[in-house]
Amino acid sequence: MSERLSTLMPARLRPLIWPLIALAALLLFNGLFTEGFARITIKDGHVYGSLVDILKLSSRVMLVSLGMTLVIATAGVDLSVGAVVAIAGSVAAKLIVQQQIGLPMALAATSGLCLVLGAWNGTLVGWLGVQPIVATLILMVAGRGIAQLLAGGQIITVESSGFSFIAGGHFLGLPFPVTMVALMLLLTVALTRGTALGLFIEAVGNNETAALFAGVNPRAVKMFAYAFTGLCSGMAGIIEASDIKAADANNAGLYLELDVILAVVIGGTPLNGGRFDLAGSLVGALIIQTLTTTIKMRGVPVEYTLVVKAVVVLVICLAQSPELRKLLLQRRASA
Amino acid sequence: MNSASVISTDEAPLLAVRGVTKIFPGVRALDGVDFTLRRGEIHALMGENGAGKSTLIKVLTGADRRDGGEILFDGCSIDPRSPAEAQRLGISTVYQEVNLIPFLSVAENIYLGRQPMKFGRIDWKQINLRAAAALKRLDVEMEVTQPLNSYSPAVQQMVAIARALDIRAKVLVLDEPTSSLDANEVGHLFAVLRRLKAEGLGIIFVSHFLDQVYAVSDRFTVLRNGKLIGEHEAAKLPRLELVAKMIGKDLKAVEEMSARRGAEPVRTAHHPFLRVIGLGRRGSMTPFDLTIRAGEVVGLAGLLGSGRTETARLLFGIDRAEAGRMEIDGKLVTLTSPRGAIGRRFGFCPEDRKTQAVIPDLSVRENIVLALQASKGWLRKISTQQQQELAENYIKALGIATSDAEQPIKLLSGGNQQKAILARWLASHPRFLILDEPTRGIDIGAKAEIEKLIARLCSEGMAILFISSELEEVVRDSHRVVVLRDRKKVCELTGDQIDLPSIMQAIAARADE
Ligand SMILES: Nc1ncnc2c1ncn2[C@@H]1O[C@H](COP(=O)(O)OP(=O)(O)OP(=O)(O)O)[C@@H](O)[C@H]1O
Ligand SMILES: [Mg+2]
Repeated sequence: MSERLSTLMPARLRPLIWPLIALAALLLFNGLFTEGFARITIKDGHVYGSLVDILKLSSRVMLVSLGMTLVIATAGVDLSVGAVVAIAGSVAAKLIVQQQIGLPMALAATSGLCLVLGAWNGTLVGWLGVQPIVATLILMVAGRGIAQLLAGGQIITVESSGFSFIAGGHFLGLPFPVTMVALMLLLTVALTRGTALGLFIEAVGNNETAALFAGVNPRAVKMFAYAFTGLCSGMAGIIEASDIKAADANNAGLYLELDVILAVVIGGTPLNGGRFDLAGSLVGALIIQTLTTTIKMRGVPVEYTLVVKAVVVLVICLAQSPELRKLLLQRRASA
Repeated sequence: MNSASVISTDEAPLLAVRGVTKIFPGVRALDGVDFTLRRGEIHALMGENGAGKSTLIKVLTGADRRDGGEILFDGCSIDPRSPAEAQRLGISTVYQEVNLIPFLSVAENIYLGRQPMKFGRIDWKQINLRAAAALKRLDVEMEVTQPLNSYSPAVQQMVAIARALDIRAKVLVLDEPTSSLDANEVGHLFAVLRRLKAEGLGIIFVSHFLDQVYAVSDRFTVLRNGKLIGEHEAAKLPRLELVAKMIGKDLKAVEEMSARRGAEPVRTAHHPFLRVIGLGRRGSMTPFDLTIRAGEVVGLAGLLGSGRTETARLLFGIDRAEAGRMEIDGKLVTLTSPRGAIGRRFGFCPEDRKTQAVIPDLSVRENIVLALQASKGWLRKISTQQQQELAENYIKALGIATSDAEQPIKLLSGGNQQKAILARWLASHPRFLILDEPTRGIDIGAKAEIEKLIARLCSEGMAILFISSELEEVVRDSHRVVVLRDRKKVCELTGDQIDLPSIMQAIAARADE
């Protein structure tokens, strides 16, 4: 069936079909069986409801997954995104509360710093040839420590209506983070598909030697991917701090890297690099958040949350595996 | 006319393929093909790039599943699901794309999956000794404990062959085993094949070198576009007729085609484009001088390991020179990366297609435009429409067999991948193009086209460094031939000096003479 379905879709959307089916199935299940899931209310021109919550709650994972998709496409991975989120929260809070430099400046400085942190990863991986897991593990461990040091072991609370707007405000009726995701998606697509960067990233991830010999600069390509991921993580960190009106260096972005990597993989970008799919990663992020929300709303005991999540993710990944599909098709043909 | 001369034998053939079909999306790679292999014969599979030779071999050996038809081995129907299963049945194979494990040692690669054991442990001493012996049979002496990827593709190919020969089998399958070998190695391989044939093995052999095919084969099976054209005894089928069957033209057309070949290229000596003086690198190339003029084809000849590829790598900035200097248009330059070289309008079509050239998951179009796009930089994207036009043009010009330009390049046949890589460099319009075994795995029709193309490009002013282990090709296409031996430039031949005997003499001459 899916084969026929996929021939009806434009070629560009075809890889997206499995994540989309999974998301649709999850939403359908909830719409039918989960009380109040599909309810949407409009108050003061703002839209509220579980569906909107999912969009808002997944915005951090979506933002970071944009960068992570590019990193994974270069056959790398970035484990430090959660730590960068924590640093971004602490730095933004400190700048706003203690330095009084004004919100725009504080946000710009925070984003700039995260870009530099990403570039640090890019330097280790691209120029010094350190294994991506090892290289980014350094910042993953050290970064959280730095965030804690910056915050002085405390939770810095931020009283600023402008800062709160980032996560709590609305634009066009939807939570403001949704707008941020949309803008970053546009920027990422423009950067990768509007230029030749996407081709270079895929070439480097798929066969680095061949890309090098064809005149691509793998170092620069990797530097871009990691630096961009740093920027995305910084924005996610700002959203997270704004959401709780405080910088919590211990918990901000904790385990975020796992959700993000999952989102990218569910979205159809293979971990060994090459072809990437930005929209797929966003769908992947939505799937993960929908799952979490479902589990919460259905009152599944918290202990089971991770197990249920793991099972669903396994099913989605298996459904995507061409090997498995081939096997099943052969079975059916010979039966 | 079809399936002529089927000889009846009293016993069942060793291997009989009946009506085998293999369908890939958009192409019938095999369409009801019959093929018969007898005991004690060397049987060549012949056909153009994309004819279905490798597919037939993959279906036979369990690397691909067939969609229809039957395979009888020793009279019994078989259906191998993996190369390992085929190997257990007694079919040993060297695939076209060498699929050994680059980071393992040579010895491990030869014994992978069937390591000799001693007291429940892998017997490393045995492995290394036996691996060395297996290679010795092919007259290759090398350090078998070194990782495979420290050796050139040609040596890796020898290792793959040594592995296949070492497996006790009834059928030996060799898909283009000689594509990067020199005459010398080919000679050793053929000696071994003849011995195995005398022992009663059936051997399937694929090659685009007609000389080799005629030298060892007893019989041909010709395929075209996935269909069986016929089976013939080698002794009874003249070359031109074989070619006619392969490309599907009548004999007259082929005769005309072959008469046109070998035409003298225009020899116009322009100003020197590139001049290197004392360029060298320890462990790679002894310092050498070389001048290449615009509009000139310089051939590079030498044995395996003589420094041909090393020279190319130095010139293209992949390896940094430790000594000497390089001038382009009379101006001193230093190259530190391929990107730098491409910026000076160099191009380099590398020898090892699989690891150094092909980007497997990207489309044929993307693979073709990559070098041109890289030279323009990431900001000046070639529009999709231009990319498509470019790709379509080269697909047509080089006759790349693909269902369309958007197909991932990894799904093309070996020879067609090679053409696409060649297209990548032609599309980048270099002033100086290094071609390292550019016709590797390319069929004779396309080879003639490419040789014509080389002649035309150089008459338009491109400078070409042409590396090939096929000396006839070097002789035919070069204005000047540089001979290398033991990583040293030993001589330069020009004009009338360029002929096979003098090149062979220069290659073979002992250092002490
Ligand atoms: N996995 C695949 N998916 C789609 N098409 C394929 C696949 N493998 C092979 N083909 C197609 O099948 C045809 C036959 O390919 P095959 O590799 O058998 O050719 P060949 O005769 O070995 O050519 P060459 O001389 O270039 O090696 C080609 O058109 C090729 O593009
Ligand atoms: Mg082939």
